[in-house]
Amino acid sequence: MNAAKQAFLKRIDDALHNPQMRRNFRKAMDGIRSKRAEQFIDDDVLQLKRDKARIIRTNSLSKQAELLEKLEARLTQNGIQVHWAETAQQANEIIYQLLNAAGAKTAVKGKSMVSEETELNHYLQQRGIEVIESDLGEYIIQLAKEPPSHIVAPAIHKNRIEVAELFQQFHPDIPYTEDINQLTATARQVLRERFATADAGISGVNFAVAETGTLCLVENEGNGRLSTSAPDIHIAITGIEKVVEKFSDVPPLLDILTKSATGQPITTYFNMISRPRQPGEKDGPKQVHLVLLDNGRSRIGHDAELLDTLRCIRCGACINHCPVYVHVGGHAYGNVYPGPIGIVLEPQRLGIEQAGALTSACTLCGACGEVCPVRIPLPALISRLRAETVNAQQGMASDNTLSGKGKLRTHSEALSWKLWSWLNRNPLVYKGFTRLATRMRFAAPSIPGWSRYRTSPKPAPQSLKEMLKQNGLRENL
Amino acid sequence: MSDHVYFYGTCLIDLYYPNAGMASIKLLQDSGVNVIYPPAQSCCGQPAYNSGYRDEALDVVAAQLGLFSENIPLVVPSASCADMIKNHWPSLFEHHALAGQAQAIASRTYELTEFLVNVLQFKAQDLGEPIQVAVHSSCSALRKMQVAVHINSLLKQLKNVEVIEHEYKTECCGFGGTFAIKQADISGAMVEAKTTHLQNTGASRVISQDCGCLMNIGGALQKQQSRMQTQHIAEFLLERCS
Amino acid sequence: MSTSNQSRARILQRLRNNAFAYQVESTRNNLQPDWTPEEKIRQFTDKITAVKGEVIQVKRDNWQTTLSEQFSRKNLKRILVGDNALGEQIRRDNPQRDIGLYEQSIENFKDSLFHQIDASVSGCRCAIAETGSLVLWPDAAEPRLLSLVPPVHIVILESQQLFNSFAEVVEKQQWQNGMPANALLISGPSKTADIEQTLAYGIHGPKQLLVLILSD
Repeated sequence: MNAAKQAFLKRIDDALHNPQMRRNFRKAMDGIRSKRAEQFIDDDVLQLKRDKARIIRTNSLSKQAELLEKLEARLTQNGIQVHWAETAQQANEIIYQLLNAAGAKTAVKGKSMVSEETELNHYLQQRGIEVIESDLGEYIIQLAKEPPSHIVAPAIHKNRIEVAELFQQFHPDIPYTEDINQLTATARQVLRERFATADAGISGVNFAVAETGTLCLVENEGNGRLSTSAPDIHIAITGIEKVVEKFSDVPPLLDILTKSATGQPITTYFNMISRPRQPGEKDGPKQVHLVLLDNGRSRIGHDAELLDTLRCIRCGACINHCPVYVHVGGHAYGNVYPGPIGIVLEPQRLGIEQAGALTSACTLCGACGEVCPVRIPLPALISRLRAETVNAQQGMASDNTLSGKGKLRTHSEALSWKLWSWLNRNPLVYKGFTRLATRMRFAAPSIPGWSRYRTSPKPAPQSLKEMLKQNGLRENL
Repeated sequence: MSDHVYFYGTCLIDLYYPNAGMASIKLLQDSGVNVIYPPAQSCCGQPAYNSGYRDEALDVVAAQLGLFSENIPLVVPSASCADMIKNHWPSLFEHHALAGQAQAIASRTYELTEFLVNVLQFKAQDLGEPIQVAVHSSCSALRKMQVAVHINSLLKQLKNVEVIEHEYKTECCGFGGTFAIKQADISGAMVEAKTTHLQNTGASRVISQDCGCLMNIGGALQKQQSRMQTQHIAEFLLERCS
Repeated sequence: MSTSNQSRARILQRLRNNAFAYQVESTRNNLQPDWTPEEKIRQFTDKITAVKGEVIQVKRDNWQTTLSEQFSRKNLKRILVGDNALGEQIRRDNPQRDIGLYEQSIENFKDSLFHQIDASVSGCRCAIAETGSLVLWPDAAEPRLLSLVPPVHIVILESQQLFNSFAEVVEKQQWQNGMPANALLISGPSKTADIEQTLAYGIHGPKQLLVLILSD
C-alpha cells in the first residue's frame, strides 16, 4: 500500500480512538452549523447569493492573468510592492529577504492558511526571526506545536481545559483558569506587548481587488489590524486565485463569506489596505508588500473541470458540514487543508502519491456541495479525482495538471472491477452468479471491515429476476 | 400519463432485497401501470464509477442501454441508482457513440416514490395498526434526486403511522458504497451514530427509499441486537395498504 | 528582484494558456434592503448591540453633554482624540479631563498609546445599517491606531450618514474611484470564539465600542 495512504489510515485510527476530540468536534460542528443556518433562513435568498458569488469568482478565474497584472499595476501605483513566487520556497525566501533588509527580528502574524502551505513560520524561525501568531486560535496551536485542524478555527479541536493547561505551562505567572473570558484576557495581555514592539507584521489576504489595488482582510479579534498597522513593515501573502475584478464584487463576497464561515452577519473588522503610510499620516506601515503565490494553482487551472477548485473563498462551510470530518477531525487529513476542500485541493497541490488517498475519506453524501457559497461542485470533483488516482491514461487530466495519475491503482482492485464488469455485462454469467449466491447464501463470505460493525447480509433465497420469471412478468414492450 | 414503465430492479435488490422489488412492482401494477422488466439488466454502474473505474462502469451500462429503448419511464426503487442513471449516465457517455441513448434514458428516469407521487398521484389507505416509524432519507434521495419529500408525503397519508424524526436526520449513515469497506472504521463510527439516533426515537422500524442504507443500518442494528427493524418504503406501503 | 520577475513571467504565461471562454452572467441584485431613516437606526442599533456594542441616540445639538457623561460613567481618565475640529471641540468641552490629540507620529507615541490611554473618540465617514457597521477612513487627523488600541472606542455618528448596506456605500460613494491608505468597517468591540466556539469579548481590539448617533 502507498505509504501516504498507510499513514492516513493510521491517523484516522488515532482520531477515531480519541473520544474527547470527537466530542469537541461534534459540539463545535453542531454550533457552527446552526449559526450558519440562522443567517440563511430564506433559502431563495441564499441561492441567489450563491449564484452571485459563483459568478464573481468564475469571472475572476476566467481572466486571472489580466486581473493580476491590473492588481499589480494599481498596487504599485499605490505604493505597495508586489512580488511573485512560483513555489513555497520562493515565497518564504522573498519574505525572509524583505524582513532581513528591514532589520526585522520579530514579526506578529495574522492568520494565513497560505503561510501554512509554505511553512513560513518554520522558515523564518530557522533564520533567526521570531514569529508570533496573534490570532488566538493560531496562538494556541503555536504553543501546542500543532498544525491547524480547521481553516477558520485552527484550535477547534481543543477544549477549554486543554487551553487552560497550555496557558499555565507557558504563562506560569498567570493564575490557572478554565474560564474562557479569563483565558481571552490572558491572550490580550501577553500579546499586547508583542504588537507594540514587533518589527514587522505578516498577514494573509481574503480578497485582492484589482480595480483599486486593495487588500481586504476579515477578522474578529483586532490582531489583523494591529499586525498590519502598528509595525513599520507589513508583508501580505496570498494565493494568485484570490484576485477579484471590481470593488463592487467585495460586498456580496464579504456577506456570504462571514455568514457561511461563522454564521456572523459580518466580522468585527473588515480591513482594506491600499497604501502604506502617506505623508502627514501618523501611523501605518512605511512599507507594504504583497507576495503572490502560485504553488500549483496555475497548473490546476489547466483543466476546465478542476479549475472550479480555485473559486474557493476559504469559508470552511464544507468542512463544517462533512459527516466524515466530524468523526475524524482535521489532523487526520494530515495536510494543510482538511475536509472536502482538502480532499479536492491537496491531491492537486501535492500530487496523487502524497494526497490521493484522501479521496477515499468521503461517502459522496453531497452535504459539502450543498453549502459551498460559490457552488464548487465538490462531490463531482472528489469523484473526478478518485478516477484520477486509479487511471493513468489520456482523456483525463494531463501530466501538466495533476502529478501521479493512476499511482494508487492496485492490481487486485483493478482486477476486481474487471471481473465485476464481465459479470454485469453478460446476462448468462450474471444469472449463474446470482443463482450460486442465492443457493449458497449461508456460505456468503464475511468482510472484516463490514462485519466489525454489522451483521453480514445474506443473499435472498431467490433473486428478484427468478421471482419475476416465475411470475411471468412482461420482459419487453 | 404513461401506462407502461420499465422497472430497473437494481443489483442490490435483485440479490438481497427481492421483496422490495416485488412490492414496488405490485404498487405500480395496483395503480394500473404495466410494468416491463427486461431480464438482461444488471447494475447501474455506480460501484465502479464511485471507485474511479469509469471505463468499467461505462462498459456495464453500455451493455444495457438497448434494453430500455422505448420512450417510456424508467422507474427505480432506489434514489442512489436513480441518481446514477439520471445524473451520471449522460456525462459518463459524453463523448461516446451511445451518448444519445444514455441521455434519453436519463431524461425519463424516476425514483419510485417520485413516480408514485408526481406521476401516479398515489393515494394510500392505511389499514394497519398504529405504529411509530423513523425515516432515513439517503443522501441521494435528499440532495441528489431531491425526492426525500416524497417518502415523507407518502407516509403522511398513512393515518395510523407516526413518523418520529431522529436527531441528525440529514447526516449520512456512512454506507457510501465501497466506502463502507475502504474506510471501514469511519463508516463504522458513522453507522453507530446513525443507529443511536434512530433508536432514540423509540420507533419500531426504519423506513427508507434505499436498500444500501438499509443494509448498512439494518446490519448495524442487528449486530447491536436491537429490536428495531428496517424496511424499504415499497414493502411498508404495500403492507399498510393491504 | 530577478527571481520574482521570472516567476511573474512564468505564472502569467501559464495563466494565459489556461484562459477559458466565459460568458459573464448577469444576476439580479435586488437583495439590498431599503429602509426608512428610523428603520436604519433601529437595524443598526439591533445589530451592533447584539455583539455588545453600545448605542446612544442623542440630539444633534446636545451630544457633547452625553459624551461628557459617558466619560464619567465609564471612569475614563485619559482620552485620546483626533487632531481635528472634533478633537478640539471635545477638549474644549471637557477642560477638567486629560484629553490629548493624536498629534505625534506613532514612533514617539507608542508607549503612551499602548499603556496610558483609557479611551479614544473619533468620528466616522458613515455607517451601515444592515450589518451594524461603522465606516472609517483613517487619515492624518484620526490615524489607524486611534480606533484600535485604546480599550474603549467612542464614535460620533451622524444619522444622516447611515446607509442601508455596504454595497450601497460603495456605489454611492464611488469607492472604485480610489481608496485611501486604509479603510475600515468596524462592527462592534473585538471578540473571539476560538475557545470552544464560545464568544469572548475584548481580545486585541477595543473591549468596548460606544456609538453616539446624532439626530434631530
